[in-house]
Amino acid sequence: MTFRTFGPDEFLFLLSGLQWTVLLTIIALIGGGVTGFLIALARVSSLQWLRIAAGTYIQIIQGIPVLMILFLSYYGLGLAGLDLPPLFAAGASMTVYASGYLAEIWRGCIQSVPKQQWEASESLAMTRAQQYRYVVLPQALRISLPSTVGFAVQVVKNTSIASIIGFVELARAGQLINNATFQPFRVFVAVAALYFVVCYPLSQLSRWLERRLHVGSHR
Amino acid sequence: MSEVIVENVHKSFGTVEVLKGVSLKVKKGEVFALIGRSGSGKSTLLRCMNGLEKVNSGHIEIAGHAMSRDPAQLRKLRTDVGIVFQSYNLFPHLSVGENIMLAPRIVRNVAKSEARNTAKEVLKLVGLSEKFDAYPDELSGGQQQRVAIARSLAMQPKVMLFDEVTSALDPELTEEVLSVMEQLARDGMTMILVTHEMGFAKRVATRTIFMHQGTIWEEGASREMFANPRTPEMRQFVKSDVK
Ligand SMILES: Nc1ncnc2c1ncn2[C@@H]1O[C@H](COP(=O)(O)OP(=O)(O)OP(=O)(O)O)[C@@H](O)[C@H]1O
Ligand SMILES: [Mg+2]
Repeated sequence: MTFRTFGPDEFLFLLSGLQWTVLLTIIALIGGGVTGFLIALARVSSLQWLRIAAGTYIQIIQGIPVLMILFLSYYGLGLAGLDLPPLFAAGASMTVYASGYLAEIWRGCIQSVPKQQWEASESLAMTRAQQYRYVVLPQALRISLPSTVGFAVQVVKNTSIASIIGFVELARAGQLINNATFQPFRVFVAVAALYFVVCYPLSQLSRWLERRLHVGSHR
Repeated sequence: MSEVIVENVHKSFGTVEVLKGVSLKVKKGEVFALIGRSGSGKSTLLRCMNGLEKVNSGHIEIAGHAMSRDPAQLRKLRTDVGIVFQSYNLFPHLSVGENIMLAPRIVRNVAKSEARNTAKEVLKLVGLSEKFDAYPDELSGGQQQRVAIARSLAMQPKVMLFDEVTSALDPELTEEVLSVMEQLARDGMTMILVTHEMGFAKRVATRTIFMHQGTIWEEGASREMFANPRTPEMRQFVKSDVK
């Protein structure tokens, strides 16, 4: 029995896995971003039932492992008679996962805009929607950038969980190559390096934003 | 006819009654000073006048608008009532010009060029023409407060409310803000101002109200009131506050 060695072809295979990791991250951030934004707004709504509903959603998502969200959407939707491609199940569960965390991050950012900003804009006869649109959200957005980018790093790493349902992203690609080459050290160093190449710049960006956008500064 | 009517207003926070039946009338062009010890209810009264606080009972009418809980009705009132706070509260992400133009543009639906002209006018009035493109964090406290006044004026209010707008400023900067307010008063703006500047109240306010424990304890023409306080509480207050 002969093993392949870890060469350029194998590396290319890892790179194609990385593509799916990045794609899954993008889906999670866009889907989770839109959903999370709406849930964050619901969380600070003046309607009590909406606040409670959004809070419950956040608690549930943050209270269960991402893996369970993945299983629930993969097997749950399967039971419902839907035969889902792994990308769909993985995208859906990553979206749900990201929405729960982004909602909570953004709720904090919205609430950290001083209440005087609300009072000043309210006194200028703005509607609530105008207060959000022109005064509160632009400030919350600036505050949120470092932690949002920081969270994106978590998402990149957590997409590896999707390998469990047979989705061939970077971690799964590494396993497959290792099964064929049996050179675990080489293979997983390469896999780790690829994760690092994506995550490190994001972490740096997050730090840079944090330094740059300290609260109260307009630039 | 009165521009501001406050009738028997009661306001409680929880079980604590902060305003215990306050009534006052302000005619067009009059300047009212609200003075009194900390906690006597001055800010609360002012905030009730633009609906930032909801009254428990009583009636408020400003520039012909009755105070209402209906949001649309309340916004109508607010377009005619400007308020300036102790802490300026400029929008930090917007330039001075944008701060001033925002509400006229989106609330009054004024055309951009017109909003710009108005902004330049009110900035000139407060002596900050050259700061149109500056950002709030590039201005001194006194300059920020004058921009806040300009921002209110750009809505062309009929009544202006000021809540201790110079309390966070050192004496020099206080002067530049007070002189803007004095100019406004001379131009005939109807104003109600909470202040600790007794000299300013005496000189600029046509009438003064001394609040004590949630009621109007004493009211009268400013000069006379400061010269001859009728109540012991007011006498005590004026004596302890002379600078
Ligand atoms: N949002 C609030 N919740 C509870 N109590 C409040 C609130 N706002 C004011 N109070 C209380 O109401 C009373 C009157 O407060 P207010 O701010 O009107 O006084 P003031 O005359 O403006 O005092 P100061 O000179 O210190 O500004 C105080 O006892 C204060 O603690
Ligand atoms: Mg006060």
